[in-house]
Amino acid sequence: MSYNVSNLLYLITIVTFVLALRFLSNPAHARRGNQIGAAGMVLAIVVTWVKVGSTSWWAIAIAMVIGGGFGAVAARRVRMTAMPQMVALFNGVGGGAAALIALAELHRILPDPGAPKIDISLGIVLSALIGAISFAGSMIAFAKLQELIGGRPITYAGQQFVNGALFVAALGCAIALVAGVQEEWLLWITIAASLAFGVLFVLPIGGADMPVVISLLNAFTGLAVALGGFELQNNVLIVAGMLVGASGTLLTLMMARAMNRSVANVLFGAFGQVSETAAAVAGGDGGAVRSATAEDVAVMLAYAHKVVFVPGYGLAVAQAQHDVRQLADLLESKGVEVSYAIHPVAGRMPGHMNVLLAEANVPYPQLKEMDEANPEFSRTDVALVVGANDVVNPDARNNQGSPIYGMPILNVDDAQTVVVLKRSMNPGFAGIENPLFYNPKTVMLFGDAKASITSLVADVKNL
Amino acid sequence: MSHNTLLVFEVTILVLAIFLGIEVISKVPTLLHTPLMSGTNAIHGVVIVGAMIVLGQPDKSAFTWIIGFAAVVLAAANVVGGFVVTDRMLEMFKSRERPKKPDET
Repeated sequence: MSYNVSNLLYLITIVTFVLALRFLSNPAHARRGNQIGAAGMVLAIVVTWVKVGSTSWWAIAIAMVIGGGFGAVAARRVRMTAMPQMVALFNGVGGGAAALIALAELHRILPDPGAPKIDISLGIVLSALIGAISFAGSMIAFAKLQELIGGRPITYAGQQFVNGALFVAALGCAIALVAGVQEEWLLWITIAASLAFGVLFVLPIGGADMPVVISLLNAFTGLAVALGGFELQNNVLIVAGMLVGASGTLLTLMMARAMNRSVANVLFGAFGQVSETAAAVAGGDGGAVRSATAEDVAVMLAYAHKVVFVPGYGLAVAQAQHDVRQLADLLESKGVEVSYAIHPVAGRMPGHMNVLLAEANVPYPQLKEMDEANPEFSRTDVALVVGANDVVNPDARNNQGSPIYGMPILNVDDAQTVVVLKRSMNPGFAGIENPLFYNPKTVMLFGDAKASITSLVADVKNL
Repeated sequence: MSHNTLLVFEVTILVLAIFLGIEVISKVPTLLHTPLMSGTNAIHGVVIVGAMIVLGQPDKSAFTWIIGFAAVVLAAANVVGGFVVTDRMLEMFKSRERPKKPDET
């Protein structure tokens, strides 16, 4: 296949990718878009297959069956609560592939006489560096989210120095290669140092900050792929990689903004560490906490006009999303107006909570974004907080000393009554004290979220 | 086409792709941010094209063979896993009329 024909066909693939993203603007036809993108990907693979047309076709086929088979099985089996780590895993392997391609390309062109063209060597070293960071970082993010290693930030003395030294080593070898030192081991060091950097840079980041990290690593892999397009002089890699790079960057910034923190603070702040001390200081001034039984809460819910559910990650952990929907259906059948208020960083990746509720068949028009939900609270009778904590913490509005001060929150305390479902009075994931629990409007319903919701369903039925 | 002309072309489309990416993504509602991430994740699986080119080279060394093979395996997992997972998620987003499933847990 000629260069021009294959590039025109690649252009079709690019168009399908853009359409896939464009269709995501509306949930009604988003799925169609994804299918169009998948068709474009098949086209790109077929075009490349014909173009390469080598004696190694069987090796390519075997490798595709192995990788594709693993991907298909893992993707079919994963539970929706485990989606963040699955995305991290697929993201990591993409970055790893980009780094390997860079290694193979350097190996191929080094024996040629004369220094390689600067854009090609630059593409090679940068896609190796970024791809390796993305691979290692994603694997650590996967391990953290899968709870193979602790989710709490891991810090030690001299951490920033070690990270800095590794990054400088990776960058130094990369620069030497681009400057014309034709030694393959330089790239090996770049990759090794980048892998170590990727591990060490994600390790200190707490589980609550994972939405930012995952979208950043997604951007990294996209960038590594785009740079791979420069080394192979391939348009489809450049455009598709950069689309992902741009979107991942934008999402990263949006997530950081939703937490009122800079990206740098998320990455290097080791947030959970700081807040433990803050929590200890704030812990002393607790007022009275009102607790209620499921029957009391059931009465409040059944005789309310408007109930807003505020789900957090605790809901997903308890696997209570189906029970919540059952309760919502029951209330609706009694004429109560029900909706869900979803904070942008609820869950472990951007938009995670929406997926979990969609899985429980909650119709998406009931899922309200923060800006849409906040004005509604003042005419809400009961705000039912299930497994959310920091995203409803009024300290973010009022207490300048709080580590989350300035973070936009859901103003549940505007509602007539706030019911908080919580296992115990222990502070949440980030370890920050929450004055909402001491608010006179608030009643606490202690216990496992799933068990509490189940008894609420039973009690509302019995009314 | 000379190498430099090609390079200028490539840089041009790279920069345009950045703006296109930002433009398209900013229209995606937060409701769909998780499928957006897994969808873009699937799209960067296009790295499989590069992996196939590496593994498909004629007269390659054992080293390139192994590296290329590993790259195709990883990229294929990225592509298939990414699209399948995104499809599974988007399938779940339903508007008002939902099918009644009596055996629901």
